[in-house]
Amino acid sequence: MWDCRMSLSRFLSIIAIFGFCLFPAVAGAQGMDDAKLTSLVQALAGDNFDETSTAVSGLAKSAAPRAAAILNALSAGDLYVSKADRSVFIGMRDGSDYAATDPLSGAKLPPVPRNTAEKIKVNNRLRRDIAAAIGGLTLMSGDAAERRSAAEAILKNRDPDSIALLDQALSSEKDAGIKLLMQRAKAAAVLNSSAPDDMKIAAIAEIKSGNGREALGLLTPLAGVEGPVGQAASAAISSINAELEIWNGIQNVIYGLSLGSVLLLAAIGLAITFGVMGVINMAHGEMVMIGAYTTFVVQQIIRTSMPGLSEYSLLLALPAAFLVSGAIGVVIERGIIRFLYGRPLETLLATWGISLVLQQATRSWFGASNVQVGSPSWMSGSFDAGMLTLTWSRLWIIVFALSVFAVLQLVLKKTMLGLRMRAVTQNRRMASSMGIRTPWVDALTFGLGSGIAGIAGVALSQIANVSPNLGQGYIIDSFMVVVFGGVGNLWGTLVGAMSLGIANKFLEPFAGAVLGKILVLVLIILFIQKRPRGLFALKGRAIEA
Amino acid sequence: MITQWFFRHGDRRSRIAIFLLLAVACLVPVLNLLMPDTSPLHIPTYLVSLFGKYLTYALLAVALDLVWGFCGILSLGHGAFFALGGYAMGMYLMRQIGPRGVYADPVLPDFMVFLNWKELPWFWYGFDNFWFAALMVVLVPGALAFGFGWLAFRSRVTGVYLSIITQALTYALLLAFFRNDMGFGGNNGLTDFKDILGFNVQAGATRSALFAATALFLALAVLVSSFIIRSKLGKVLVGVRDAESRMRFLGYRVDRYKLFVWTVSAMMAGIAGALYVPQVGIINPSEFEPANSIEAVIWVAVGGRGTIIGPIIGAILVNFGKTYFTAAFPEIWLFALGALFILVTLFLPRGILGLYGSWTNRSASHAARKDDEVLPPVVKQGGKLAPVPEPQAAE
Repeated sequence: MWDCRMSLSRFLSIIAIFGFCLFPAVAGAQGMDDAKLTSLVQALAGDNFDETSTAVSGLAKSAAPRAAAILNALSAGDLYVSKADRSVFIGMRDGSDYAATDPLSGAKLPPVPRNTAEKIKVNNRLRRDIAAAIGGLTLMSGDAAERRSAAEAILKNRDPDSIALLDQALSSEKDAGIKLLMQRAKAAAVLNSSAPDDMKIAAIAEIKSGNGREALGLLTPLAGVEGPVGQAASAAISSINAELEIWNGIQNVIYGLSLGSVLLLAAIGLAITFGVMGVINMAHGEMVMIGAYTTFVVQQIIRTSMPGLSEYSLLLALPAAFLVSGAIGVVIERGIIRFLYGRPLETLLATWGISLVLQQATRSWFGASNVQVGSPSWMSGSFDAGMLTLTWSRLWIIVFALSVFAVLQLVLKKTMLGLRMRAVTQNRRMASSMGIRTPWVDALTFGLGSGIAGIAGVALSQIANVSPNLGQGYIIDSFMVVVFGGVGNLWGTLVGAMSLGIANKFLEPFAGAVLGKILVLVLIILFIQKRPRGLFALKGRAIEA
Repeated sequence: MITQWFFRHGDRRSRIAIFLLLAVACLVPVLNLLMPDTSPLHIPTYLVSLFGKYLTYALLAVALDLVWGFCGILSLGHGAFFALGGYAMGMYLMRQIGPRGVYADPVLPDFMVFLNWKELPWFWYGFDNFWFAALMVVLVPGALAFGFGWLAFRSRVTGVYLSIITQALTYALLLAFFRNDMGFGGNNGLTDFKDILGFNVQAGATRSALFAATALFLALAVLVSSFIIRSKLGKVLVGVRDAESRMRFLGYRVDRYKLFVWTVSAMMAGIAGALYVPQVGIINPSEFEPANSIEAVIWVAVGGRGTIIGPIIGAILVNFGKTYFTAAFPEIWLFALGALFILVTLFLPRGILGLYGSWTNRSASHAARKDDEVLPPVVKQGGKLAPVPEPQAAE
């Protein structure tokens, strides 16, 4: 059938190419015998580009095992025809000869002198045809990944010529995911072809069920078309848009939760110290920074002495950061802050001084520039959830922040230290009268808060630049969380952090990142007017604060 | 009238400070302009500008001390008022450049031409007039402080909460002024000034005049501060600082007193900023950095809070140290500043003046306490003062 059409005139072959899609059932090429294949290959060296093009399509239809190799060679300009007997071969320049290969069998042929053969020329249109044909061929490849990428390629270039191939591939496709992709690719190709309206409408329905943004790209050009197709496309577009809106909201919530988790990690230690001791620790950000640098040091040690553990370096860094930051916290409390009790404003200034010293010390030891902290493989990369692409690090930080929160709640509720801390928070003098050594509770609380800041530093080292200024970037936000959430109640910190995170992300698209942040700050300032002690304030009769 | 009052009731230290400032305001320009370069008494222009800058810092410190030292409101955002005053002055100076800018646009400042703006934003109108700009220097910080203070004091936001919120205020302004579309030159701020009131900003004579003006305004600020402190209102303020609830129970509208002194202080800070800008030649958003505002607090603490001239001494000393250290040992400066914060709060709660005061008191046989300063009480309690609400579980 094909070979006879090939012998027809040029006019007919053009018709054949453009009318190709109208004959989807041509297939049945598997049974094509060698003689026909040989003549197809011969036809590649036809008199004009149209003949070559027809031959390319024929070869693609044949699904011969070597077809892809031949077409690749043609596209690369490695396919030659001998001047003497018009036989076609794949040639590689080798001195004055071509090292020749038989196109169909792949067997080596005797070398052909260069002056006895000429290259089969291709133009751009032909190259496109070849690319589509190769795409079609790989649709039937044995390798699932190849089939998938071929289907994706068609989904992108929406070549109507591929419809027949896709039908053929669909009939034999076993993998459900690839089948779905092929159906979408076919629908996209149908929309791009001159198929009848009912087919197109069916195709629109098919595409609508696919990836939202991609579908929008495919459908938008059709929305302006008159008639039922245009209407169907517009309807599909509006329903996709509505769906995208929902996904957008979900994405904002998830991004907001992950930002909120960062804020929660940074603020939770601050909330504890502020709640128990009424002390604003301006050096809290530096505790976070120290935690991040501890991660760096731990990774350095692991890299040089036990490279096998590098996957777990973060897990090892967690206790290390907790201990380092916590120890520094206890030293600060014992050395400076305990002399300033009853003077919260002076404490604020002294801790600011501490933060300057710690920053400069880090700068002197590690240099002012960022240090490189590596990520383990289980934290890099991303995954798809519905229409969203989420990075693992984003997910892990939410999980991590919530587990730190849960552990802290357990410590406060179930341990002796937690009991004492709560007692001191509620009524320091009464607690003291009951025999609780409040100075030690203070020191341990400060250590605990600082240690948690250190842990936050481990997490932040994965998403932020580790530099001496790391803490400064988070300190004001953490203050806002504490002020917003209220003191003495960790749930307040949780709610405060998450709502600030989500509010930030929802304001960003309307107002831009910076203006969104300003708006949040202004909103907090206004909020404080209504509830000067935050969302979850301790209730009591105290008038002095 | 105030002067009359001052000579009758003013305290000795403020009087000395004012006379000293007036003397400096007269003497420095003379020594700078009339003395030949070779004379040992000649003061080079760069020093005039440098000390002019210190005096604007001192003015900021006096403003801060008025609220912190005498009313117990620790502001970590006074740099915002300072910078706003600076921007108002900067806008005037920008408009004075006229067609001498790089793009030679007669109306639009360079950065607007660069951003492809076609016309002057409405909030730039009027800033070609010095007196309008001068009005804005006090009105803008004053209005912001009034609005902010009205909200904050009415709902009784106090203590560290208030400090944190003021810090958020200046941080929000920092972010806002970094934006190019705000219309204040974004990141680069306003600079490349040419004239002030028709005089070349770079010229030695203008610099001396600016120095003298700064010294005069500082003297005025000392006068106003001591007037406020010595008045009945000042007594109420100190009462608010030491026992806010008691004052409220006694029937004083605490929020109104606070609001008044807060707004006055913000206006002073604005003036300080306005004097600062022509002397350093640039104003950019980094002036809003929360760190700057906190640094201003340490000037007050070093000099002695709750004294009128302590902040002046503190501001000049700390900034002189900063100039010296950042040039000679840049590594050490942050250590020194950090240590200063820690040591002053631990060992010098009343600052240098307090140290001097206790030293003279001890050496003098009569223990009579000079009543020319209202020092804050330094209470050291075994426990703590901060929030001790009674019932309710802390989870």
